Amino acid sequence: MNTALPAVAPPAARILVYYRDLILVLLAKEFKVRYKSTFMGYAWSVMHPLVLAMIFFTIFRVMMRFEIPDYALYLIAGLFAWQWIANTASTANFYFLGNRSLIKKVSFHRAALVLAGVVNESVHFAVSIPVILGFMLYYGKTPRLDWLWVVPALMLVQLTMTFGMGLVIATSNLFFRDLERLVTLVTHLLFYVSPIVYAADKLPPEYNWILYANPFASFVLCWQGVFYGTSVPMVYFGVALTWALGWLALGVLVYSRNVWRFAEIV
Amino acid sequence: MFDDVSIRFQHVTKQYHLDSPVSGGFKNLMLHLPSQVKAIWRRQPFRALVDVSLEVHRGECLGVIGPNGAGKSTTLALIAGVLRPTSGRVETRGRICPLLELGAGFHPELNGRENIVLNGVLLGLTRREVLDRLDEIIAFSELGQFIDAPLRTYSTGMIARLGFSVAVHLNPDILLVDEVLTVGDEAFQQKCLRRMQQFRMRQATMVFVSHDLNTVAQISDRVALIEGGRLVDIGEPSRVIGSYQNRLRAA
Repeated sequence: MNTALPAVAPPAARILVYYRDLILVLLAKEFKVRYKSTFMGYAWSVMHPLVLAMIFFTIFRVMMRFEIPDYALYLIAGLFAWQWIANTASTANFYFLGNRSLIKKVSFHRAALVLAGVVNESVHFAVSIPVILGFMLYYGKTPRLDWLWVVPALMLVQLTMTFGMGLVIATSNLFFRDLERLVTLVTHLLFYVSPIVYAADKLPPEYNWILYANPFASFVLCWQGVFYGTSVPMVYFGVALTWALGWLALGVLVYSRNVWRFAEIV
Repeated sequence: MFDDVSIRFQHVTKQYHLDSPVSGGFKNLMLHLPSQVKAIWRRQPFRALVDVSLEVHRGECLGVIGPNGAGKSTTLALIAGVLRPTSGRVETRGRICPLLELGAGFHPELNGRENIVLNGVLLGLTRREVLDRLDEIIAFSELGQFIDAPLRTYSTGMIARLGFSVAVHLNPDILLVDEVLTVGDEAFQQKCLRRMQQFRMRQATMVFVSHDLNTVAQISDRVALIEGGRLVDIGEPSRVIGSYQNRLRAA
């Protein structure tokens, strides 16, 4: 076993400040890197869901005549939330793998890499809310008072979920190097079993369990409640919270069981 | 633990499993499931360190020498706390700062200043503490106006200089140096060596791994010779280095 004794025991306050700084510095790095080399940075991060929305709108409204009212807004409401999840799932593969040399040499808290990564993705979602708002206003809908608590609460729940999922993926990818492809495939699959391009009530009743079993569908439904519907469906909020805690527990378990082997395996 | 001991190894053994059966990827695991599962039981552990006991005192500089694959880097990783011994005990006292390999912990898109802060915090300082030392670090690195340019525009030597400057200004209690002084020009190398001497005056401990036996002799108080994972010899630099050179010639 390793025993590390500090020369002078640091006060608890310094430890807290240190962890705050560690997260902030890692976050700042992600941000500067993402937005520095390209002045289009912000535009790029909202472009992807917008283009997807355009594609689905063309196929399902213009060509197949789907009858969902305000279909563009419906797509946007689900797609941005989905993009947050999907981006986290794919970048999580490299939270640890992309920091090999650090992991091999420095004994900082490795979970900070995951936390910085998932917070980064959540900020990208937050800054794209004005775009969603623009679509709402276009369709004659306005922000509601309940957003004040619903939006932060939902973001926190989804952040918890992505943190747990990030820990699982980042850790597992060290041991199964081609997990990345599996993650891409599964994310893709789950996209189509989530009510994003179609409405949840179009699902035949015998398939309703999918909305509970799909770890991400409940989040999409909640965000649609915020931006498209009239309120957040409390049942799905509960489902989302359950998934979030489940992912968190799994993530902490997978991470803490294996963190000592990271330096050997990267 | 005695007050003047800064690093202590007690019967430390470190085993690795060479090539984890699943590191070949998920596809490999699935396609060759039966043989892969058998391989889990059959795989041979590799002992990178065997029953190593040693103590490094505060303010001491320990040089570590030995052939490639002898276990030198494993020793450093155990001290740094990134590896856990398979058996035995590793005790350290104080803040440890590894001198990172070229560019580790740096990001090519960030400029010199931003990289200093990033690296300093990863190595255990708060932002405030790094910022307080920022001017000193920049001055030591001699990078001049390049400090505001992105790291990708730096030469290898410049990156090494930046890395070294950060590490030596963090005032660690234990500095781990793994063969990095070979980059950078002669003048900067001399400056680094002088800086390391100052370290010892401040009662900081240093562990220095190198194949450059002259430098090891120059700055170490004691030298440890590791071969095949075993601590073969430890003691006075000229004696240990001499016996290592004799064995190399005999081989």
